[in-house]
Amino acid sequence: MELATIGAGLAAIGAGLGIGLIGSKAVEGIARQPEATGDIRGIVILTAALVEGAALVCMVLSFFV
Amino acid sequence: MKIFKTYTFLLIFSALAWGAQAQDGHGHTHADGEQHAHSSDHAHDQPDAHLPEPENGRLQGQDHGQPAQSDAHAEAPGEAHADHGCGHHEDPNAEFNAGELALHHIGDANAIHIIGDWYFHLPVMLYASGYGWTITNTGAFKAHHHGNGTVAKDGYVLVHGSIMRVQDPAFPKGEVPVSEPSHEVKTIDGKEKTIYYVQADGICYTLDAKSTLDGGVLGGGFTSFYDFSVTRNVFTMLLVCGLLFWLFRSVAKAYTTRDGEAPRGVQNLMETFITFIRDEVAIPNIGHHYERFMPYLLTVFFFILGLNLFGQIPFFPGSGNVTGNLSVTMVLAIITFLITNLNGNKHYWEHTLWMPGVPAVLKALILTPVEVLGLFLKPFTLMLRLFANITAGHIVIVSFVSLIFIFGKAGQSASGSLIGLAASVPLTLFMMALELLVAFLQAYIFTMLSAVYFGMATEEAHH
Repeated sequence: MELATIGAGLAAIGAGLGIGLIGSKAVEGIARQPEATGDIRGIVILTAALVEGAALVCMVLSFFV
Repeated sequence: MKIFKTYTFLLIFSALAWGAQAQDGHGHTHADGEQHAHSSDHAHDQPDAHLPEPENGRLQGQDHGQPAQSDAHAEAPGEAHADHGCGHHEDPNAEFNAGELALHHIGDANAIHIIGDWYFHLPVMLYASGYGWTITNTGAFKAHHHGNGTVAKDGYVLVHGSIMRVQDPAFPKGEVPVSEPSHEVKTIDGKEKTIYYVQADGICYTLDAKSTLDGGVLGGGFTSFYDFSVTRNVFTMLLVCGLLFWLFRSVAKAYTTRDGEAPRGVQNLMETFITFIRDEVAIPNIGHHYERFMPYLLTVFFFILGLNLFGQIPFFPGSGNVTGNLSVTMVLAIITFLITNLNGNKHYWEHTLWMPGVPAVLKALILTPVEVLGLFLKPFTLMLRLFANITAGHIVIVSFVSLIFIFGKAGQSASGSLIGLAASVPLTLFMMALELLVAFLQAYIFTMLSAVYFGMATEEAHH
């Protein structure tokens, strides 16, 4: 059980890095092209949701192990 | 700024008070600690452990409204029996367990707990094979504190607000007074399971939990009875559905009675959301087929949003954690999965199963299996995302509230409770605000991802 919890923590680190990268690049993109803010926002939420999905699968697996 | 200063002072002051009290009561706390160690480990093996200091135990009971250990022993009948296979009762002096409390609060229940010994009774419909239906309401179990029933009805008892059944088929029908349920943690097939027991006429009976369809993955499985009751979650869901129906009836009516005029009031508010879903979610992601999917997208958005917001209300009509229930999110995800795949056109299936322009070996070995797996992973993550976000928020809020009891040693240290309160209130407030954001965000994300999947399924060829 303890090992599985560590795994969940590692998954959270991965997802955190991923979402951090998405956010930083989105801010860069918006700073460069403010008129594309709306499009970028949609893509950011979609990609963040996909990254989060991977983390959620890890988290749930850690519950069942 | 001033409020922060005052707040910091309060924190420091209560910390000092806590320290002073801890030093002052050093002699007592040592004895208390010893008693705790016994009560949590061998509560019934060594009932004499605290006898050298009976004054202390009685004082505790009087001061904090908790029965001292010796009282608990005197009350429970057939205690000797309980030591051998009837589990142990809830220990009033046991250490406070925040995790257990959180899981209990986010779970479903048969009765809605309002405050103290007041319950909102809900209808109960139970079926046991070879026994037939039992239809009543939770009032029949005469629940007192902690949602534990004092009466068994046709072999069913209420344990922590949930209905359980006596395994023994010889248990008498009708209403039978029963003792406070006791429990025991057993390891079965490598998994820890909590088994509940109840006593009637001094005989110990093992209890069965309700059947679940999870195939044992979540610790459930088929047992001796099925529960078709209107539970707290079902009640909240019906309430929110009724509320939404009433709201959208009035909005729809406004469009016919005030045709051609500018929207007003609740109609104006709802129009903002509806046009947002249409212009920001449906049209960019689905394209010109969007009208076919608008009813579903709007329904799912307002359903999830309404339940998320209702789950934020910490008292009676709210408090049902519906979108944080895996079954509810699973059904929503399955509906999205079915709509996606039933509307899938030729190009969708071609790109999923046998995409053009890729070597056949690559397709057969890697791409097609991955795509087929993705077909099921999409609704799976949809289900988990909503469930995990809402559940995590609720657990964190309950944990922050629990800080009061952790610092206050479950009500035994007043200044400790004060520190807990000082830490708990702003943290809970912050978390509540964050959860308000999450409520909107998760409803939006579920709707948008559904729209993206519909768009994928109905996209026309352009190559």
